[in-house]
Amino acid sequence: MSHEPHRPRTRSGGAGELFELTAGQALGRIEAGELGSDEYFDAYAEAAAGDELNAYLWRAEPGSRAAGGEGFRGLPIAIKDIFCTEGIPTTAGSRILEGYRPPYTATAVARLADAGARVLGKTNMDEFAMGSSNENSGYGSVLNPWDRSRVPGGSSGGSAAAVAARLAPWAIGTDTGGSIRQPASLCGIVGMKPTYGAISRYGMIAFASSLDQCGPLTRDVTDAAMLVRAMQGRDHCDSTSVGIEGGVELPSREDLQGLRFGIPRELAGDAEGIEAGVSENFEATLRLIEELGGELDQCELPSTRNGISAYYVIAPAEASANLARYDGVRYGMRDPEPEDLLGMYERTRARGFGAEVKRRIMLGTYALSSGYYEAYYGQAQKVRTRIAQDFDAAFARFDFLVTPTSPTVAFELGAKTADPWAMYMNDYCTVPMPLAGIPAISIPSGLAAPAGGGPELPVGFQITGPAFSESGILGAAYALERAIGFTERPAA
Amino acid sequence: MIDREQVLHVARLARLELSEDEVEQMATELSGILDHVDRISELDLADVEPTSHVVALENVLRPDEPVPSLPRERALEQAPDPDEGAFRVPSPGAS
Repeated sequence: MSHEPHRPRTRSGGAGELFELTAGQALGRIEAGELGSDEYFDAYAEAAAGDELNAYLWRAEPGSRAAGGEGFRGLPIAIKDIFCTEGIPTTAGSRILEGYRPPYTATAVARLADAGARVLGKTNMDEFAMGSSNENSGYGSVLNPWDRSRVPGGSSGGSAAAVAARLAPWAIGTDTGGSIRQPASLCGIVGMKPTYGAISRYGMIAFASSLDQCGPLTRDVTDAAMLVRAMQGRDHCDSTSVGIEGGVELPSREDLQGLRFGIPRELAGDAEGIEAGVSENFEATLRLIEELGGELDQCELPSTRNGISAYYVIAPAEASANLARYDGVRYGMRDPEPEDLLGMYERTRARGFGAEVKRRIMLGTYALSSGYYEAYYGQAQKVRTRIAQDFDAAFARFDFLVTPTSPTVAFELGAKTADPWAMYMNDYCTVPMPLAGIPAISIPSGLAAPAGGGPELPVGFQITGPAFSESGILGAAYALERAIGFTERPAA
Repeated sequence: MIDREQVLHVARLARLELSEDEVEQMATELSGILDHVDRISELDLADVEPTSHVVALENVLRPDEPVPSLPRERALEQAPDPDEGAFRVPSPGAS
């Protein structure tokens, strides 16, 4: 395992060093005339071409010269394959969309392009963002760059693996129940889910519309702030988008003086299934918060105990409606020998969808069907209200709440595929925030050994705050990131 | 518990053809998931308002002005079977 410096400050030659820069650092060099924008893009395009992790589903050719303007100066960025990109294949990790080239571009991607970024590639993901391990991709699993026998997390696993493995300087993904934060945690990078409505969902292929939100996966907190700042804002194409009033500040906080951090016992100390190594690392990070002047106290979020149950009603229910559009009529796969119209629908969907997507469509359809609606969907929406009320009560006492991001470090490929509920429990600490619509970030907080033994792997630390507190969360995360000083990198 | 008949009924609602093996597997897996999910149907939440949307929003309207939509040829470009400016589909059949 290599131990390259986290923040190289000296200017020196060598392509290897280029890949250790954060996107913000690279931008600084491009602005200073020390690094060519095309040279930087091509270096990453070549690195992405050598992807051995199955992180990419589509890659730009080295030498491709899409417009890259002021602001981000042509910086390359990897885009989760759930975002529509005009003329560029977009599959959402599903065989049902194999070969699909959208006639328009998602607003989040268009805003990055307007800010001067260039699309480096489209990253692999769990099919329609349904999964916590990337094993549900229709195009094969993504491998974790820290240990290729392990999962990168999901559903934005391709974006997380690419950023961690230096196959992309930064990336975007989507988070419905933890799909940015959990893979960021398992790959040792930063991932942020903004407030629901902060960034437009237009052109982001829908999974669960009341939960889905776009966000960054980056090497450091500053890069995450740069991306949220560039993408946020109201969009007339998404009537639920509101933007972040006052925008997003780039973080500069050096300490945590005057900030109060709550530790929800249901998601930290009392939670079942948190590995010993993850717990120890979490406790060590809490001590750093105190050293930085932050105040800590326990708190309670009693209804979050029902978070996974509510989530696995609401998300599949909304998915079952959203995925009704894949019927073989207007785009995507069609069964080649349909007997009649109904047969075409049923066989196209049987061929095009993978096992987890079918499971969730069935679960969601059942939960919405006559006689069960109130007991499941109606009840889950009430649990959602309770969870939001729990957070409101906690934020009356605390500025932020902190938890481990994932109960475990990266697990082995195949370890949880036989038991859907065991897989769903990966999202235990990340699901309550989207149910309440609030923002949260995961930052790498060190390494810990897996429960079954073996080399140490990255651990993530989660900070959440009230709706639209992005600047505050990023500031606290920035101060803590510096105190943690996480410098480990997976071997190239 | 979800039985085989319920699985077939829900699959029909979802327009999803399932193989014999999938029907059996789905019955087992959905029953397993619902065992966990059922804990919320037992909660007393009679006085709680449901949340369908987390951000307080009034009606969001735009000016009612005609603007060009996606050109027909562009909309048909990705169609599996376009014909005479339309999406062609198999006959609904006799049923």
